Amino acid sequence: MEHKPRTIEVESESEHMHHVTPPSLYYGIFAALLVLTAITVAVAYVDLGWLSTPIALLIATIKATLVILFFMHVRWSTHLTWVIVLGSFLWLGVLFVLTFSDYFSRGLPMN
Amino acid sequence: MTVQAHPDSSHEEHHPRLQHHFETMEQQHEASQLGMWLFLVTEILFFGALFLAYAFYRWLYYDAFIAASHHQNILLGGINTAVLIFSSLTVAMSVYYSQTNRRKGLIVMLILTMVLGLAFLGIKAVEYHEHFEHHLFPGPNFQLPDAPGLAAQAQMFYVLYFFMTGLHAFHMIIGLGIYTWLLIRAMKGEFSSVYYAPIEIGGLYWHFVDIVWIFLFPMLYLIGRHY
Amino acid sequence: MTTAVLDPNHPLESPRKNYLNREYGVLSWLLTRDHKRIAILYIVSITLMFFVGGLFAVLMRLELLTPQGDLMTSDTYNKMFTLHGVVMIFFFLIPGIPAVLGNFLLPIQIGAKDLAFPRLNLLSWYLFMIGAIGTFVVVMLGGLDTGWTFYTPYSTQYSNTHVTLVTLGAFITGFSSILTGLNFMVTVHRMRAPGLTWFRMPLFIWALYGTSIIQILATPVLAIALLLLAAERVLRVGIFDPSIGGDPVLYQHLFWFYSHPAVYIMILPAMGVVSEVIAAFSRKRVFGYTFVAYSSLGIALLGFLVWAHHMFVAGISVYSALIFSFLSMFVAVPSAIKVFNWTFTLYKGSVSFQTPMLYALGFIGLFAIGGVTGLFLAALGLDIHVHDTYFIVAHFHYVMVGGVVMAYFAGIHFWWPKITGRMYPEWWGRLAALIVFLGFNLAFFPQFLLGYLGMPRRYHVYVPEFQVLNVMSSAGASVLGVGYLLPLVYFIWSLKFGPKAGPNPWGAVGLEWTIASPPPTENFHETPAVRWEAYDYNAFEEAQRDRAGTP
Repeated sequence: MEHKPRTIEVESESEHMHHVTPPSLYYGIFAALLVLTAITVAVAYVDLGWLSTPIALLIATIKATLVILFFMHVRWSTHLTWVIVLGSFLWLGVLFVLTFSDYFSRGLPMN
Repeated sequence: MTVQAHPDSSHEEHHPRLQHHFETMEQQHEASQLGMWLFLVTEILFFGALFLAYAFYRWLYYDAFIAASHHQNILLGGINTAVLIFSSLTVAMSVYYSQTNRRKGLIVMLILTMVLGLAFLGIKAVEYHEHFEHHLFPGPNFQLPDAPGLAAQAQMFYVLYFFMTGLHAFHMIIGLGIYTWLLIRAMKGEFSSVYYAPIEIGGLYWHFVDIVWIFLFPMLYLIGRHY
Repeated sequence: MTTAVLDPNHPLESPRKNYLNREYGVLSWLLTRDHKRIAILYIVSITLMFFVGGLFAVLMRLELLTPQGDLMTSDTYNKMFTLHGVVMIFFFLIPGIPAVLGNFLLPIQIGAKDLAFPRLNLLSWYLFMIGAIGTFVVVMLGGLDTGWTFYTPYSTQYSNTHVTLVTLGAFITGFSSILTGLNFMVTVHRMRAPGLTWFRMPLFIWALYGTSIIQILATPVLAIALLLLAAERVLRVGIFDPSIGGDPVLYQHLFWFYSHPAVYIMILPAMGVVSEVIAAFSRKRVFGYTFVAYSSLGIALLGFLVWAHHMFVAGISVYSALIFSFLSMFVAVPSAIKVFNWTFTLYKGSVSFQTPMLYALGFIGLFAIGGVTGLFLAALGLDIHVHDTYFIVAHFHYVMVGGVVMAYFAGIHFWWPKITGRMYPEWWGRLAALIVFLGFNLAFFPQFLLGYLGMPRRYHVYVPEFQVLNVMSSAGASVLGVGYLLPLVYFIWSLKFGPKAGPNPWGAVGLEWTIASPPPTENFHETPAVRWEAYDYNAFEEAQRDRAGTP
């Protein structure tokens, strides 16, 4: 999915260049997102047993990653931005893991 | 101890949009960007907590959630997903046009984004109306005729469904408000390659709202469809 | 390019115009974007909320003078402790030091003219005020009786008080907290003066940065918890209602995911103040600066991993309780690192005992006690025994009052001359500090004993055997109250009659001490370039000697 876009340099007050993404990349990501949406709908109708949920989440994560990296420019952003994005999902993970550590170990009857 | 001081470098900058406490437009732009990212972190944790509640009850009441989810209209949900993805494209293009000083392109993209946002909300309204008609709104009138034994737990699905999509729609409405403001400013010619931070950070917000929907769609519409 | 060498003891001009007198009129205050004026707005509102919260405490301690419920009914008492908690936590402890001292000092300490988003800063204050006024309204309308924790299903289904209003008020105030944290983080990342690297920053800034991380990550989860609670109550849909399959413990998980880190929102800035004061009154760089800096981040992050130690008896699994108990032990480590480092800073320092230092030293001792009792509580077995007793109440008052409030007072006294341009009366300050210290210990130490002996919290009656300790506690609370009222009086007195303060009355090292007292609106006429390490008292002393030696 990685390809080096031609950077169009935009002069601003200082020497810093603001990365300008070429529209062709945007169109490509857009197409990929639509395809992935179709895939997720199609896959929902296939019996994959317990894998259905993880696969649905995986596809959604890929879509979100594409939006974050390319539409939101994180691919070309500072390390600080990367840390912030990853850190927030990591922290959400902490919420999930530690909360479910309670629920999974309670011996609850399911359904 | 001495303090070495030198004159403000802001004397070099006199862009009318440079706020007095920043030295350069660059610094201001980076600050705005960082500010919006930190705000999005709060939104990730905000929706994330709702996803936690959802994950918990889905794990606990999987069958009821399947039964409930079958009442979701995949066609409308799928169209809405495509609508939002398309709007993310127009948002990205709006940033591109502002970065390359193309005012007309910017305005077109802003308008398109808003039209798509309105379309999303319209379709959502249709869906909500359907839910009301089919007695799927939580409360005393809730009914699940095809699986009455699971009704109480299926109601939990709908509590979460309305809460999460309602909150999402609320964020869309705010997004429309933001884009209205951006459109007005764009039409006044305020944005250029030197000053386009509001377009960029408005875009970040809109993309985030899209990402929430990217997760909501499979989680709410596509559970156990193979049954 | 001209450079100006600014001597902190001889400012180039003595400014007539400072941020206080630059503009007059109510609107110039209510619509200000100046972080220093916003800090003043906060200090007024927060002081008010402190005394309101204190009033509820007074009423509680009056009731607890006798074992019977003779002053008020149990319902009324429920409202007392609820409102005491809600007001003190959401409207004093959480905003307190960041909104007052942080707002005032953060830009100055990093050499900036203001925070990154001045208008958001003002909005933060307005959101705080909306929440505060909402709480007043609720008090007028009959109060709230759920406890500050709003546990379900009592809050959602059974309480007849204004739960929804208060939760919405807390929800709005939460945004105040989020926006302040966001503002601080962006400012520290993007607006430090040239030469001010991260490891040259004052430790107060590190503390505020850690606090901001917590505010941003934790507060939204509380927001959802409260929103779901309000929805359940208003719409009668049972997300936490067991009768339709909801789980009340889910509420507690969401609530405590915020509320445990929230206590670190309260204590971290306090620790930052203590670092500043200890350094200034030992005339020495804080020992182990790097460790203290990293420990601020460590506390912020580790504090997120322990929340269910508030839920050991709520119905979580014993396996989960063991995990949280184990993790809770770790969070003490960075705090302990700070206590050791402050103590080593004192060693071979040139220590003096002005009022700020008295409060800071008091903090170290009382926080150590409070923190260590926290470790006791982290041990699952002991916590089961003392949960919901006065042991818990004593523990958190030691860290919140013996800790945060003492540090807040240390900071207010330390920076008062900078903020107002006036000195407070030193002997009154020391007297008040002593009274606070004595009153505090008399008020709260007996509560450890009461709790261990089994007196439950949130009860307005108790068995007669506990009366002596309760009377001691109430007596201590009165002494403490006097100790708190004294500064209110002498600070206000000092505004008109206190001696005028120069830029650096303490001879301390830091950017804030290089500008006038009170500072000009733009803080620095020219952006400073920082070429020294934090707390470089050696260089400071040398420069003073050089100056003295110059004919």
